[in-house]
Parts: sequence; structure tokens; C-alpha cells
Amino acid sequence: MRGATQVKWAACAVAVALAATACGGGGGGGGGGGANGIVSSSWGDPQNPLEPANTNEVQGGKVLDMIFRGLKKYDPKTGEATNMLAEKIDSKDNQNFTVTVKDGWTFSNGEKITAKSFVDAWNYGALLKNNQKNAYFFGYIDGYDKVHPATGTASAATLSGLKLVNDRTFTVKLSQKFSLWPDTLGYPAFAPLPTTFFSDHAAWVSKPVGNGPYTIDKYTKGSSMSLRTWDKYPGGDKAQNGGIDLKVYTDNNTAYTDLTAGNLDLVDDVPASQLKNVKADLGDRYINTPAGIIQTLAFPFYDKAWDTPGGIKVRQGLSMAINREQITDQIFQKTRTPASDWTSPVLGAEGGFKKGLCGKECTYDAAEAKKMVQDGGGIPGGQLKISYNADTGSHKEWVDAVCNSINKVLGNNKACVGAPIGTFADFRSQVSQQKLHGAWRAGWQMDYPLIQNFLQPVYYTNASSNDGKWNNKQFDDLVNKANAEADKAKAVSTFQDAEKVMVAQMPVIPLWYQNGSAGYSDRVSNVALNQFSVPVYEQIKVK
Amino acid sequence: MGRYVIRRLLQMIPVFFGTTLLIFLMVNVMGDPIAGLCGDRQCDPATAAQLRSEFGLDKPVWQQYLTYMGNVFTGDFGTAFNGQKVTELMATAFPITIRLTIVALVFEIVIGISLGVVTGLRRGRPVDTSVLILTLVVISIPTFVTGLLLQLLLGVEWGVIKPSVSSEAPFNELIIPGLVVASVSLAYVTRLTRTSIAENARADYVRTAVAKGLPRRRVIVRHLLRNSLIPVVTFIGTDVGALMGGAIVTERIFNIHGVGYQLYQGILRQNSQTVVGFVTVLVLVFLAANLIVDLLYAVLDPRIRYA
Repeated sequence: MRGATQVKWAACAVAVALAATACGGGGGGGGGGGANGIVSSSWGDPQNPLEPANTNEVQGGKVLDMIFRGLKKYDPKTGEATNMLAEKIDSKDNQNFTVTVKDGWTFSNGEKITAKSFVDAWNYGALLKNNQKNAYFFGYIDGYDKVHPATGTASAATLSGLKLVNDRTFTVKLSQKFSLWPDTLGYPAFAPLPTTFFSDHAAWVSKPVGNGPYTIDKYTKGSSMSLRTWDKYPGGDKAQNGGIDLKVYTDNNTAYTDLTAGNLDLVDDVPASQLKNVKADLGDRYINTPAGIIQTLAFPFYDKAWDTPGGIKVRQGLSMAINREQITDQIFQKTRTPASDWTSPVLGAEGGFKKGLCGKECTYDAAEAKKMVQDGGGIPGGQLKISYNADTGSHKEWVDAVCNSINKVLGNNKACVGAPIGTFADFRSQVSQQKLHGAWRAGWQMDYPLIQNFLQPVYYTNASSNDGKWNNKQFDDLVNKANAEADKAKAVSTFQDAEKVMVAQMPVIPLWYQNGSAGYSDRVSNVALNQFSVPVYEQIKVK
Repeated sequence: MGRYVIRRLLQMIPVFFGTTLLIFLMVNVMGDPIAGLCGDRQCDPATAAQLRSEFGLDKPVWQQYLTYMGNVFTGDFGTAFNGQKVTELMATAFPITIRLTIVALVFEIVIGISLGVVTGLRRGRPVDTSVLILTLVVISIPTFVTGLLLQLLLGVEWGVIKPSVSSEAPFNELIIPGLVVASVSLAYVTRLTRTSIAENARADYVRTAVAKGLPRRRVIVRHLLRNSLIPVVTFIGTDVGALMGGAIVTERIFNIHGVGYQLYQGILRQNSQTVVGFVTVLVLVFLAANLIVDLLYAVLDPRIRYA
């Protein structure tokens, strides 16, 4: 029986080890409660170095949101751009702006914030050799084509449209009229930068220093970041908690499990597979609010087969053949809303969102859809291939559902098929090299809550993200007219007129508006998501 | 012995170059990684071109490979897209995965071999049958099921462990993940040991040892086990490499930021420098483990001698 005793011994060892794990382990939740309580939150590994003009995804944006404040800030509820560091931004002609910076702001290292902090930061962001992925944000400023030419090397080191006047004032000259331009300045790319960013760049990137309500206390790349409340923060939106601990999760399912086990306070990305259990697990500690993201189906206008008068009817027919309600209910559990224009509900009616603007062209109508597609001469090539990236975001499910919907309407099982592409990078490179000859999944995540941002960068002729190469003079003219409009309400309605051109042409089919979803533990309260689907960290209260 | 080792080391060189070249080509075939760095929008062509030249992606593949290998020999494994040096990534990832592997191996060796010995000596008895059925069950359940189930039961329902491992990943937090990683191999080790012991239990040298009046324990450990371990050691040796590279699923479930996670991230972002760097190290681990296994044969079985 000696063998048996050995087994027993092994079993005991495991039991002891298990008990040890229960007592050991790092601190999950924060220490104290109240104003000094620490909130732990899920995070993903930022794709790019954490520079303001180089961060173009939510995970890095989250951090910038906490450690930086720019000239403007977007109200987390209404999306309205209000002055933060800007005392005033004046313009007589909507092309030349004078920016006055408030007095009394410093970076967390004590350095004073002056007009120069902004001018230097913007020049850095725009300059080609710095590889900043958000450089195009500075594209409206005069002289951008010199510091960031489309090909070759820069012929100037600074933007000619930026001029320092004195310590607190600088002027900006745009290359075109753009009345809403000051409202774009809430985007993190426009944040001011301290001199240490330029003098010791490597050190700054490993532990960024900014001027927001939080400072970075400890940053372990790829795994965690501790942010603590900055006591001397001069702004009105002081943090209501002691700090935030961001923890990188490789899988949002694990983060969700940690939340339900009481190991984590906040998850800002509830996995689709868990949406069914959310009510049971979290009750009313689940948030599902609109975010400035719209998902669409784009078409290749560089392909002659699609750029025909009949093609318009086919696209409108396809749009009517998609049962948006059913798909958003069954596949997305209502975390998406059927789209009826090309903007997003976060803009609000005043900002230009108009439910039903697209009208019957975006409403499910099987009989009419079939007729339209036939009238238009059928789908070019006889089959619609919808390309998508299969690696993230569970796109397969909805693409298959869209195809099913279309196939049912057209009474043909082969009318529409999904065409998966292995990785996001490969998908994007095929899109940008115009290799696709069917439809593809497209989406737009707004940079700032303006109707202009949902239309101009995506559908204007040769715009930076006009992947389908659609061009329409009437649309372009209306966009130009809207940008030159001084009166905001007028500008917005002109942009909506431009959208009506899109109803008649259907260059891309709007599918649904995406919501941000989050869940939180009973340790915290006052949790909300802003219109970028990022938690409003500074307002979270710890019980 | 020494000559044999040198010969084996020389054989590693072509294997090493072949594998790294294959991996390099595979990642390269996936297409252009730069386009994925700008989200759902176009990278502006000037920035993209500059990034390409910075990562050397604008040169022909063979030239990229040669440059890369040249750099590797000077200890420079390149940079990941988020600006971190690949060597930095390795320095954080490998210790964690090595700890996980050690935990898994301990489970395999201690539990697997002891169960194997117990069942091998009691062939056909209830203990044997029940362990055989149990191992069959373990083999047939996929790792992610075991992992998620244990995470749910121990982590969420009973609160015995934390569902996710902290970023330091100390040994005590890796016990359950280690058990999950080891589970399938553990079942194989048990079965291999059992068969081997059962076969050798009737061998002449065992009968001789028993007849000499040696204590039972000595017979089993010194004579029977030593000989029976050869297939088991072979399996465990190859398993070391598999455990280090193949724990992707388990590492994701328990949020362990080890080699599997970095590889997954590298493949997803098509960052050839990360992927090739990590795989290169894994290849070396595989080769070294293989060599050690072959040398262990001689230790275990006196009849095997390397010239």
C-alpha cells in the first residue's frame, strides 16, 4: 500500500497549496473607501506609444483622458465642447483664430502651461518625421502640407499657420474656413506638452507627465498602470476618488469573471457572450449607452461595376433587405441600435443627429428590396461578398446574419456570402490598397462630437478615410458650404442636406449605432460612459 | 559522450536557421502590418511609408531576414509596434511562463508518475481501472473547458482562488493554471508510466532483484522505475517546449501575461519581430530539452552508452 500513501501525500500537498493561494495573492480591490478609495478597472494593451498625437484607440485614449486636459473638454453627458484651458477662442472670419490660454495652469511636474506648450506640441504632432498617427488632425492648419507632405520629406519644421503672440496667446490660420474648428480642440491630440517631452522623450514615454486630474504613479508596460489623484489639479473636474488602477486583460471574458468574483471594480467592455447574463450578474450595475460609433457596409466605387446608375438601386435595395431590428436584438442583445442616418445619437438633435433621415431606404421591406435589386440589374458579378476581419470583434456573426437576411429577401442562398480575412492589419491593407471588389465592413468612431466628423473625413472626395473612393460634387459643395457657415444651426442643417445626397446615392449602407457597455461592482457608484465609450473616471465614487 | 554532444549541437544550427526562416516567412505572408495601426481609417501614406522603412518592411523579404538575423546575433531582437524592445517583452514574459511550466512539470512528474506506478503495479484492479477511466476523461476534455470550469468554481463560486493572476504572477497564483496546463500531459504521463511499469514488472532483472531479497521499495525505485522511465522522460522533454509555447489558451483564461500572450498579440498585430523573436527562443528551448532527454537515457539505462 506504499503507492497509495504517496497518492494521499500528493493530494495533501495540493490541498495545502490551494489554501496558500487563498491567503496569498496581490491586492485586488483598492484599500480604503470614500474620497481616497482606489478604483480598479480593466484595460487593454495600448497599440502605440502613449503620446497624445499618436494614440488613436480607446485603450490609450483612456489614459490620455485622465492625465491630460486640452483647450476644450467635451461634456460627458451632452458632448458639448466647453472651454477648459482656453480662456477664449476668437475669430472674425472662421479661418483665423486667436486662442487665449487661461492663467494658473501647470503640468503635474510644476511647469507652467503657456501658449508655447500648445504650439510646440502641435508642431511635434504634425511633423512627418515624428510618425504621429494622428498627424492629420493638424491638417486644417495652414502649412500642414509643408511639414507633412503626402510623399517625400518635410520642407518645413513648423506649421506656418501657428504663431506665438505672447505667453498666453497664439494665433491659428486654417487653410480653409471651418467654423466649428474650435470644437475639435477637445481631442487629446491637441493636448499641451511639457518641455520634458522634448528634452527626455524616452523617459517621458515610459512615464508620461500631463496636466489632468490624475498623475501616473507606476506604469508597467503591457500589464498595469496606477494613476493617483493629483492634489494640486486646478480644474473644476477634480477626481472624486483616490485613483485608478488599470489592469491589462488579454481577454475581456476574464475581466468580466474577475468583476463577478469581486476582484475588479469596473469593466468597460462586456463580452458579447456574457450579455445574456448581465442582468442576472450585475442587476442595475450595467450601463449600455450610445457611443459615437457607427457601423456600415462600404462599396468599391473604384470598381466600375458598382459605380453605375443601376448600382444605386442595387445598394438601396440591399439596404432595405437588411433586417436591422432583428440582428441588433438577437446578435447584439440591444447593444446596437438600428441606424437611420450616417451620424450617431450622441450628437443629439442639436448636433445634427436625425433619426429617420434615411427614410424608407434604411427600413426593412422585403418585397420592395427585391424589386429594387432587380430593377438595378442585380448584384454586380451575381454575388455580394462582404469582407471582414475574423480576428476580433465577433464580426462573423453579424456578417452572416446580414447575408442571411439578404439571401432570404432575394430568395437565393448564394446572393451574399461573408469573406473573412485573417487579421485586422491584413483586412485594412486590402481595403486601403483597393483590392476588394465586393462590400466590406466599415465603421467610424468619431474623433469629436461634431456632425462634420461623421461626414467629411469619410465621404468627401479623396478624404483620408474615404476607402470606397466615392465622389460626388453636390455632396462636397454642401460640406464646404456648411463649414463656411458661421451659424451653428445653419451649418448643421447644411450637413444634413449633404446626408440627403447620400440617401439618394447610398455610397455606404448604414447598419447600426454602437453602444458602449460597462459593468461595475457594488464598491463604486456614479459610473458613466462618455460618448467615446470611455468611463468618466474622475466622477466615480468609492463607497 | 563529449563528441556526441558536440555533434548534436552542430546539428542544431541548420534546424535553428530553418525554423526561424519558416516563421519569418509565415508572418510575412500575412501581409502588411502597418495598415492595422490606424484603426478603421487610412494611415496617411507618408506616415505609413516612414513606419515601413523604420521597421525595415520596405525591403525584400530575404534582406529583411538577413538584417534581422544579423541583429539577433548582436542581441538586438527589434522593437514591437508599441515602441517596446522585444528583449524587454521577453524579460517580462519568459520568467512568468517558466514559472508556469515548472508548476506544470511538478504536477506531471509527481502526480503522473506516482499514479502510473500505483496503477502499473496493480493492473486490472479497481484502482487501475478507475484511474484509467479518469485519465481518459481528462484527455477528452479540451483545456479551455477545464480552465474555465475551474476558474468559475474555484474563483467565482467558492472564492478559493482569484479568477485572474496578478501581473507579478508569483508561484502560488499559478498552481491552478499550472494544473490546467498540465492536465492532459499528466494523463499521458500516467498512462505511459503504467504501461511501462506493467511491462517491466515481469522482466528478469526484477525477478532477480526480488529473489536477492531486496526490499520492495528498492526494487521498485532503483530497478523497475529507472528502466521504465525512458518513454516517460522522452514525453516530458518534448512537453517542456510545448508547455512554454502552447499555453496560449490557459494564459488567456487566467490573464497570465506570458509567452503565449505575447505571441498571440504579435500574431494579431502581425509584428514579425515579436513573433520570430519569441519563437526563436522557444526553438532553442525545444532543442535543448531534446538534447537533455537523450543524455538522460544514458543515466537511466546503463545499457545505453554514447560514443
